[in-house]
Amino acid sequence: MHIPDGFLSTPVWACAGVASVPGVAYFARKSRTALEDGQVPLMGVMGAFVFAAQMINFPVGVGTSGHLVGGALLAITLGPAAACVVMTAILTVQALLFQDGGVLALGANVFNMAIAGVVAGYLPYRYWGATRHRRLAIFCGGFLSVFVSACLAMSQLLLSGVPMPPAVAMLSLALFAVSAAMEGGITLAVAGALERLNPRWVQGSEKDARAGVGFILVTALLLASAGALLASALPDGLEHFAENVGIAGQAKAFLASPFADYEARFLQVEWLRKAVAGILGLGVVYAACLGLGKIAARRSGAARSV
Amino acid sequence: MTPLIDARKVRYRYADGTLALDGVDFQLFERETVALLGPNGSGKTTFVLHLTGLLHGEGIIRVCDLAMSKKNLPKIRARIGMVFQDSEEQLFLPTVLEDVAFGPRNLGLSPEEATRRAKLALEQTGMEEAAARAPYHLSAGEKRRVALAGVLAMSPEILVLDEPTTFLDPPAERDLVRLLRELPQAKILVTHDIPFARALATRAVFFEKGKIAGHGSIDDVVRRFQWEI
Amino acid sequence: MHYLVLERWSRGDSSFHRLDARVKIAALLLYLVAIATTHPFRWSAFAAFALLVLSGVIAARLPLGGMLLRAAAVLPFTATFAAISALAGDTDAAFRLLARSYASALGVLLLAASTTMPALLHAASSLGFPRILVLVLQFLYRYLFVVTDQAQRMRSAALCRGSALRRGAKRERFRAASGVLAVLFARSYEKAQGIERAMLARGFDGRIHLLSSPRLAWRDAAFLGLAASATLGLRFLLTISA
Repeated sequence: MHIPDGFLSTPVWACAGVASVPGVAYFARKSRTALEDGQVPLMGVMGAFVFAAQMINFPVGVGTSGHLVGGALLAITLGPAAACVVMTAILTVQALLFQDGGVLALGANVFNMAIAGVVAGYLPYRYWGATRHRRLAIFCGGFLSVFVSACLAMSQLLLSGVPMPPAVAMLSLALFAVSAAMEGGITLAVAGALERLNPRWVQGSEKDARAGVGFILVTALLLASAGALLASALPDGLEHFAENVGIAGQAKAFLASPFADYEARFLQVEWLRKAVAGILGLGVVYAACLGLGKIAARRSGAARSV
Repeated sequence: MTPLIDARKVRYRYADGTLALDGVDFQLFERETVALLGPNGSGKTTFVLHLTGLLHGEGIIRVCDLAMSKKNLPKIRARIGMVFQDSEEQLFLPTVLEDVAFGPRNLGLSPEEATRRAKLALEQTGMEEAAARAPYHLSAGEKRRVALAGVLAMSPEILVLDEPTTFLDPPAERDLVRLLRELPQAKILVTHDIPFARALATRAVFFEKGKIAGHGSIDDVVRRFQWEI
Repeated sequence: MHYLVLERWSRGDSSFHRLDARVKIAALLLYLVAIATTHPFRWSAFAAFALLVLSGVIAARLPLGGMLLRAAAVLPFTATFAAISALAGDTDAAFRLLARSYASALGVLLLAASTTMPALLHAASSLGFPRILVLVLQFLYRYLFVVTDQAQRMRSAALCRGSALRRGAKRERFRAASGVLAVLFARSYEKAQGIERAMLARGFDGRIHLLSSPRLAWRDAAFLGLAASATLGLRFLLTISA
């Protein structure tokens, strides 16, 4: 889902931009050796390949068809760092030449698809790629790359105050799951066909696969993205929760005061309230995932030592 | 007279184990134009890739009296200009001028000097009008000329052209022949196009199963290996 | 294909085309930020910003109708959300979404239709984009048409042979499509290897030396000043009048 300009509120596109710049810079640094290794032409041509791949339709469901999005496939063929740079390049070209996604919204789109989407698409493969669950891992990678980025995009829209009844948000969650499953299937089919042509094209993944860690990370990601969406769709519930815990009031006062004078004129207080609640919700979900991950890690560690 | 290219007993095996070159001996002298003929997969292209150090097999190769080694590679690549079969792959920069200036820039020349040389090379190949255009929009013949300009801009002593006439229509091929005739460099032509080879080559070498199966004048080689329709 | 149209437009020859790409990018960002931060965004705001960008379209001698039509590429996505907003009872938000995204798309289109991709990449490079990203963009753009043409040819070839791409059991079609993609991937991979060889043969040593961008001329600065004052002026007028 490419967010066009005009949808995101200023804090959201600005934050997403600020978040994605160091992300892309980090991955660009990591793939810097690609310059000497002659990988750069490969990365560019693979970007063109992803564009071209969108012309090939895959039959899915009754009378509908889908096409490859490509984040997970790039991650398992080029590695996550190069894949992130290639996806960023693709999104830039789409925004400039195809009016597919905005320019101010590029930060958000890059964050959702080139950073979160690629990392999510690579994680399962990283941890299960060498086990007997390899095929499942590739499928999950495709699934997660689309699901995570769609959920993030949707929550950014909701945080920006795009009006949407909770029922529609729930429905879109279901739709995301369907298109994510499509991407999983397509990624799996193409990766399989590639391996038959030349096994070296698909990156090897390490033998010592800490499947437990992978499971936790994937679950956390899934929870975080779906949770972000839910939290921004139903900020009132979470706000209620946060108020009970007693942090919302302070946080709201803290966040609102520096902006109050400036923003009050053209920004409804209602809107700010929602945004703060949404961000708080994200924080709560994030903390929950972190805690859950820690507990599970301890447990799997204990299981291994037994 | 020392040969410009002196290759002895070149052997090369692909990663999958097939023997692509099986002891090739080859010399190229100044002002010569040699046509490499032979069936597909007989090792012609594999051999010329060795001459620019893009593939490394066994055997000894000297180019302009320089031994093939990592240290000498930049010098060798400045002296031997390679025009690949697929010009699309050779012209990878956004505009014609930038692409032609790519080689000179790699020689360490300043941007101004590189641009000057690129413009000269484009003039030499009759493509000066196309300097600002995108390679994608050129015709097959124009692409070939620009690819050649990109090589000439480095002022090489040897030109290697791999299947230069593919995708060219007869007038474009005629223009290419005329252009190549005027160039003083020694040339190696890898080609299936016998009229083209006849028009340019001073002698021919016939490759078969990774070996040189015969050499001589074009007509001799063509007759001996029945290499015409 | 439709993106070829944009390529042709971008190679036009007007004084607007000849402006330095960097100042055009800066002006576009100002324009987009102004649209994003103007509250409330009513008809007047939409009309004002649209007029601003359309004066640029006229200065660049670009086809007005074609530009208006192409910018509509954002509408399918936007209209969906606008419809949801309208159904949720917030027609103001629906209009805001449509107007903001369309006006923004027009601005981006003006930049893309008046600046060639090489010029944009040079500008991106001198504005501090990561080098590797600029290079990947450059290769991506260079081979975009080459690879999509190839995909098109493979698709037609497969369809000509009555392939499973269109008929047959869903399973078969799925397999056929993934086969086509795998072959396309293989071709792209080979192409990349060929490019690498061609680069090495011309002395590539791991560093791409680009020809540098020219200095900014006074008219570039003048344009930026004009665009900035017009955009910011509009932005504040609209806020005060609201």
